[in-house]
Amino acid sequence: MSAGHSEHLFLPGSSFLHRIPPQCKVASLVLFVFAVVASPREQFWAYGAFAALMVVLAAAAGLPILVLARRLTIELPFVAFAFLLPFVAGGPRRDIGPVSASIDGLWGAWNILAKGTIGVGATLVLTATTSVPDLIRGLERLRLPSALVAMLTFMVRYADVITAEMQRMRIARLSRGYDPRWLWQARAVAHSAGTLFVRSYERGERVFLAMKSRGYDGRMPSAGGVVASTRQWLAALALPAAATVVMAASWLARS
Amino acid sequence: MVGTIVTPLALEVSSLTYAYPDGTFALRDVSFSVTAGERVAILGANGAGKTTLVLHLNGVLGGGPGEVHIGGLRVEKANMRECRRRVGIVFQDPDDQLFMPTVTEDVAFGPANFGVRGVELEARVHAALTAVDMTSLAERSPLHLSGGQRRRVALATVLACHPEVLVFDEPSSNLDPLARRELAEVLLRLDRTMLMVTHDLPYALQLCPRSVVLDEGRVVADGPTRELLADPELLARHRLELPYGFSLAPGR
Repeated sequence: MSAGHSEHLFLPGSSFLHRIPPQCKVASLVLFVFAVVASPREQFWAYGAFAALMVVLAAAAGLPILVLARRLTIELPFVAFAFLLPFVAGGPRRDIGPVSASIDGLWGAWNILAKGTIGVGATLVLTATTSVPDLIRGLERLRLPSALVAMLTFMVRYADVITAEMQRMRIARLSRGYDPRWLWQARAVAHSAGTLFVRSYERGERVFLAMKSRGYDGRMPSAGGVVASTRQWLAALALPAAATVVMAASWLARS
Repeated sequence: MVGTIVTPLALEVSSLTYAYPDGTFALRDVSFSVTAGERVAILGANGAGKTTLVLHLNGVLGGGPGEVHIGGLRVEKANMRECRRRVGIVFQDPDDQLFMPTVTEDVAFGPANFGVRGVELEARVHAALTAVDMTSLAERSPLHLSGGQRRRVALATVLACHPEVLVFDEPSSNLDPLARRELAEVLLRLDRTMLMVTHDLPYALQLCPRSVVLDEGRVVADGPTRELLADPELLARHRLELPYGFSLAPGR
């Protein structure tokens, strides 16, 4: 059960980026991603500029670039689709070595790959410099509906408890010599999943009873968080501002 | 009436009956009372109705015949909020009770619901954590605590509501002997009205001078813990058993 999943993306530090209030960082990230997505795909240099912004930011926060690069691999399953595009898309084709690829498909793949990577990269910088409870506080400050904030809080709190329960069930299965090799042998796994669901549901009820016993009446206490100063907002918004300039320049360069 | 001292009843359960929707009776005509400052164990085997009884004390369950009074106040819809403040329940699994990101926030959850704010809230949280020796871990996540620490934090979350009656559901379950002893020391030091639901008989003997035995939803015995535990036939009849090697029977 130790440290758990909820914290393992966060890399503690005291950089400027760590200290900026989470709501500023979240807003900044969303606007930044908008600017990236809105840029025309033909202007390669713009993506170089976005990537450079990310690298500078990560370096300024003292984040180990290698660790971030390894975390980037989380996007691989999504990118796999991008690599298929050139071969399945229609329209004029051209030969690259032995294979023939659709030109439209190539552009599409590049578009997904570039924008996806920069978006995921920016998110990684955010999660590496902001703890999960802080992220939730930031979202609350940004007026995320309180029901959603409560759901996030509970998810973070109980994800580890349920994962640990799942692990114990898995070990108990293994201890009795269960080692499925084929899908049709996975019956016990399916049963475990069902049991886990029922147990989690029951735990939900017990948590609710315990909350009611302490006077819960439907309103969760505020997660707290701090008010961001104008200076902090300006500093945080410098990133999307720079990205917007790049985006505008790339549109001008295209026409 | 000069000179008479009326000891107020902290808790009074009268003719409480409850059946689950499928018709099985969990409580049948349960009556007992607890005076202020008393520590009482509710003993019973698994399925004797102990937890059902606990959930009646603060009105989470109800609707059957019979009544529960807490410090003279009847547990019913109109008084629910006050009743829940007066009865502090420490549940069996601390993971059910602790759900906020930090210990401090969790301890503040109850009193904040009961309208305590600001400096007063901070003071309550601090006092509750001090009472269970957990101030040093106040900013930790409940996830990162040991079983014994979690149990004590769960107790603090309830203490912070300033309850008049503390109710424990299997307080010693899943604790190692050391954590068990530490919890016992905290409980004895608190000096509160306590109700302890358990099948851990030595723990009941250590902490509660009086016990009520529950079997199949009925009160079958009510008396000094030491006397009840010294009656092997009574224990056997109601599926209770002292650990191996223990005996309180006289003449041995």
